[in-house]
Amino acid sequence: MSIVETALALEDVAKEYPGGVAALRGVSVEIATGDQVAVVGPSGSGKTTMLTILGTLERPTRGEVRVAGQDVRSSTDTELAGLRAHRIGFVFQTFHLQDPMTALENVATGMLYTGAGARERREAARGALERVGLGHRLTHRPPQLSGGERQRVAIARALVKRPLIILADEPTGNLDSASGHDIIALLHQLASDGATLVLITHDAEIAASFGRRIQMRDGEIVADERA
Amino acid sequence: MSAAGATLPTRRGLDRARLPPRELVGAALQGLRTRRLRAALSALGIAIGIGAMVAVVGVSSSSQAQLLATIDSLGTNLLTVSPGTTFAGANEVLPDTAVAMIDHMPNVNRDAAVYQVAGASVYRTPYVPAAQTGGIGVDAAGTNLPQVMGAAMSAGHFLDGVGSRYPEAVLGAQAAQVLQITRVGGHVMVYLGNTWFTVVGIMRSAVLDTSLDSTVFISLPVAERIFHITPSPSEIYVRANQNDVTGVSNLLAATADPQNASGVQVSRPSDVLEARAAAKGQFTTLLLGLGAVALLVGAIGIANIMVISVLERRGEIGLRRALGATQRHVSLQFLTESAVLAALGSLAGLLLGAGATLAYSVAQNEPFVVPLYALVAAPAAGLVIGAVAGLYPATKAARLSPTEALRT
Repeated sequence: MSIVETALALEDVAKEYPGGVAALRGVSVEIATGDQVAVVGPSGSGKTTMLTILGTLERPTRGEVRVAGQDVRSSTDTELAGLRAHRIGFVFQTFHLQDPMTALENVATGMLYTGAGARERREAARGALERVGLGHRLTHRPPQLSGGERQRVAIARALVKRPLIILADEPTGNLDSASGHDIIALLHQLASDGATLVLITHDAEIAASFGRRIQMRDGEIVADERA
Repeated sequence: MSAAGATLPTRRGLDRARLPPRELVGAALQGLRTRRLRAALSALGIAIGIGAMVAVVGVSSSSQAQLLATIDSLGTNLLTVSPGTTFAGANEVLPDTAVAMIDHMPNVNRDAAVYQVAGASVYRTPYVPAAQTGGIGVDAAGTNLPQVMGAAMSAGHFLDGVGSRYPEAVLGAQAAQVLQITRVGGHVMVYLGNTWFTVVGIMRSAVLDTSLDSTVFISLPVAERIFHITPSPSEIYVRANQNDVTGVSNLLAATADPQNASGVQVSRPSDVLEARAAAKGQFTTLLLGLGAVALLVGAIGIANIMVISVLERRGEIGLRRALGATQRHVSLQFLTESAVLAALGSLAGLLLGAGATLAYSVAQNEPFVVPLYALVAAPAAGLVIGAVAGLYPATKAARLSPTEALRT
């Protein structure tokens, strides 16, 4: 198994929270570099927990996790932070933009912990905003933007460092269906240059646009279909 | 890793998460900029504490500088010679040749003697009960006492040779106040030992020897005639050559009374005053303590505001962790924010304290002095206080689980 081919790998991963709540009960999955995967399932089925473990924001209670070829269990907090800084881009349902900052500044923070200089970050942020179609909104602040535009800013922030892996947790959850579909189309397009995309959604239509669909229930993977 | 990088040409090579110091300060300032009012209010506590301390130090330094300047202008070359006390506690007596002996010493510029008129008291009228002396003593003095003491007259003139045969009196500043006499001439008189004396002058305070202030001076011939005093000086004031004050000081006792040098007391009033000025500075430690309490309260205020800030900015903390911030980056950000906040507060306090000192020194007509160390110590103290106050909130922020922080 080569790291070149496998961006993300879980092997018998379980996650239990204090109080005995089991969010994941032995999940094994491999996601190849460049794959675009939709994760579907009812609320509480463990989708988000799996995504945060794939994003190294949380460690599993049991099992092996490899992200971009790196063994998460034996890595320090600093090493995982480095992985996130350079390799992983997150897109959240609630955007998590900083209101006092302009769109350009928000996107530039996506590269803050890569060690890139301020000028380089601004240039990259400008480019990323142009790629998501917001080249004319550079100095707007989040409250001045529509929901769809805000999510585009958040996507630009995730993509500005050109990550290997993009993890999106219901990015259309707060959007109307028209802008939701635009966002999904944009993600498909942006990830098509070789990035790995894992996206959680409730929307069957959106899930259908993905080449691979993982279905979860009660902390387990119940179906893994490829189109 | 390198294999992945090679096949994915646009990806950045795997690296550590890094945050250059400039970006760290930028992130900290960003936090303060977006919460200006609250930042200003919490920095106010530190500003007041530092301000109070700087003002206390500044005001006392200014007063001290004023006192030292006064001493300097009066000269530090004045020495006083007075009779000491024996081992048994009895008062010694200076020989009546003492003044003449001192006159002939090298490096003595000028000297003046006063002779205590024992048992004499001064009253406004003969009807004042004898016991109400007002604490005023009577001295006989030569004509050059004000020159030697560097004391000025507030009214009239000092005893002069012309009037030395007549009952004329000059009042020390304090004595004039007690007797409620503010002007001279006309028929302003005091009743002194069954005789009316015309008041010809009132002195200003003699800073170098304030005991002269509560004294009334009459001329030596008059004192001898009316009170039959012995011409043994009770105090001799000597102006030495500035370059040889110590040398003169060492010889004075033996010169004044060659037979009994140990019975002579020599002192340098400016030394005493300088010591007193320094001691005055010591008193301010109490007030500095109060300033420190204000500072402590300010530090608690900052810690409090930072704890609230951490709770409020959970989303931001989670996001930063997702963007690749290490726990250290997060804690450093909050620590820096807290330190910058306190440092800004203490800079404001420095200005506040300096302003208060300036206002005081202008009102008191004193030189404006803020000690140099305060300019360095105030912002440094601010940084340290802020860092300490931010320690707990910063640790709290760093320990926050990123997923939990993002859920809010």
